[in-house]
Amino acid sequence: MPDENKLAKSKKRKQAVAFGIFRILTYSIVAILFIILSFIIYKGISVINWNFITQMPTEGMTKGGIFPAIVGTLCLVAGSMIFAFPVGVLAAIYMNEYVKDGIIKKIIKQMTNNLAGIPSIVFGLFGMSLFVNKLHFGDSILAGSLTLGLLALPVVIRTTEESLKAVDNTFRHASLGLGATKWETTRRVVLPIAFPNIITGLILSIGRVSGETAPILFTVAAYFLPKLPTSIFDQAMALPYHLYVLSTSGTDIEATRPIAYGTALVLIIIVLIANLLANGLRKYFGKKVKMN
Amino acid sequence: MNKIESKDVNFFYGASQALKNINIAIKPNTVTALIGPSGCGKSTYLRLFNRMNDLIDNTKINGQVLIDGDDIYAKGVNVDSLRKKVGMVFQKPNPFPKTIFENVAYGLRVNGISDKKLIEERVETSIKQVVLWDEVKDKLKKSAFELSGGQQQRLCIARALAIQPSILLMDEPTSALDPISTAKVEELIYELKTKYTIVIVTHNMQQAGRVSDTTAFFYMGELIEHDNTKTIFTNPKIERTQNYITGRFG
Repeated sequence: MPDENKLAKSKKRKQAVAFGIFRILTYSIVAILFIILSFIIYKGISVINWNFITQMPTEGMTKGGIFPAIVGTLCLVAGSMIFAFPVGVLAAIYMNEYVKDGIIKKIIKQMTNNLAGIPSIVFGLFGMSLFVNKLHFGDSILAGSLTLGLLALPVVIRTTEESLKAVDNTFRHASLGLGATKWETTRRVVLPIAFPNIITGLILSIGRVSGETAPILFTVAAYFLPKLPTSIFDQAMALPYHLYVLSTSGTDIEATRPIAYGTALVLIIIVLIANLLANGLRKYFGKKVKMN
Repeated sequence: MNKIESKDVNFFYGASQALKNINIAIKPNTVTALIGPSGCGKSTYLRLFNRMNDLIDNTKINGQVLIDGDDIYAKGVNVDSLRKKVGMVFQKPNPFPKTIFENVAYGLRVNGISDKKLIEERVETSIKQVVLWDEVKDKLKKSAFELSGGQQQRLCIARALAIQPSILLMDEPTSALDPISTAKVEELIYELKTKYTIVIVTHNMQQAGRVSDTTAFFYMGELIEHDNTKTIFTNPKIERTQNYITGRFG
């Protein structure tokens, strides 16, 4: 028999070491995020002012604002969501509520997972050959939005599926037991319960879409276009691509450095606002579900 | 005529047989208790009557289940209409995340009733039937989740009654309830049988004894004995039934 006291102490010590390591790692993640954010803010805050976010770029992009890039990114986010959200949500409903377990479901699942694994530059290439060339949309907001929408699809499908799975089966059974069809059950019971979580899918994909550069590279992004788009067939500037341009191929890279950081800061703020907004929506609808 | 009748019913989950040659006849306006140890097939059998087992993939049934003389597993049977006729109450209270009113109105709405007055009438009648009216009449617009477990279960019974079924299936309806709520539900079952044919699965021997007219004892997917509850509890013909009732195994 080992000494009881000694054993207890050594067990405690092992636990302390294990959780100590976990704690350090967890806090370092937070620290890294904090460092990135403060770095961007520190470098970019000096250029942020009202003109910066409302003016066109001037003097070879070394002066002026980034207004068209902001508008472009907002258009692309909205456009891609208009495409990806309904398609993704409906596909997820079909997969989770209708398809029986079996080979077909497995194949569909594997395919959507594979879609998530395709590098974004490949999406860009595909978008260019299909939307820009084959369908003659040209370099346009429409082509860029569709390409970004494809990229966002797996995220929307996955999170919608998870939200539907989280709906307790007893609700479905209760509804079906009252003579409701599967569709009525889905529409009247399952979707209202899952909705707040489905919104989360939207948040995640907005974050993903607004920061993507590769898919818009050949489908919509303009190097320098000091005017706002007037239709979905126009080219547009976009924040991530503008950032890339300013950092690699601007007319005077050193002079534009602060503008690049300012652009990054604006991009981060947009994603942050989207997240906050969606979180608010989720809470709002979460409350509503319980009431109705 | 028998309300429910099953003839040589066999049921399979994939390759494993859950029910073996079950023959039962249930008379209208009676309460039938299905008892037996866990995994004996009694809940599976109950769910055959409203085809709830259809929701599980890879199941197979053969034999006949007749309700009012019609085979409910025949080709062309509309399952949604069947479930309108055969209501179900589940093990755990499962009200929808809707208001108390909307919970009861739900079955009416999905069955195509949109007349506001008729819906209000039926909701009130149904809630009164389960003796819950006085407790909830002032908070019909409140969430059903604000009710206690026992109240929720009675609301679920009201929800099932609102679409005027003729059969009520109850799958261990009191297993999640405290003794007082259980007593209320049992009292209710006793009153409801004047209007409905009730089949109840229960783990609680005393409950079967208190509420049912006939009792069916299941063991390992077989129906061992089905008789008047009194006979089953006092003078069963088969020894295994006797052993289970007296708690010698189970």
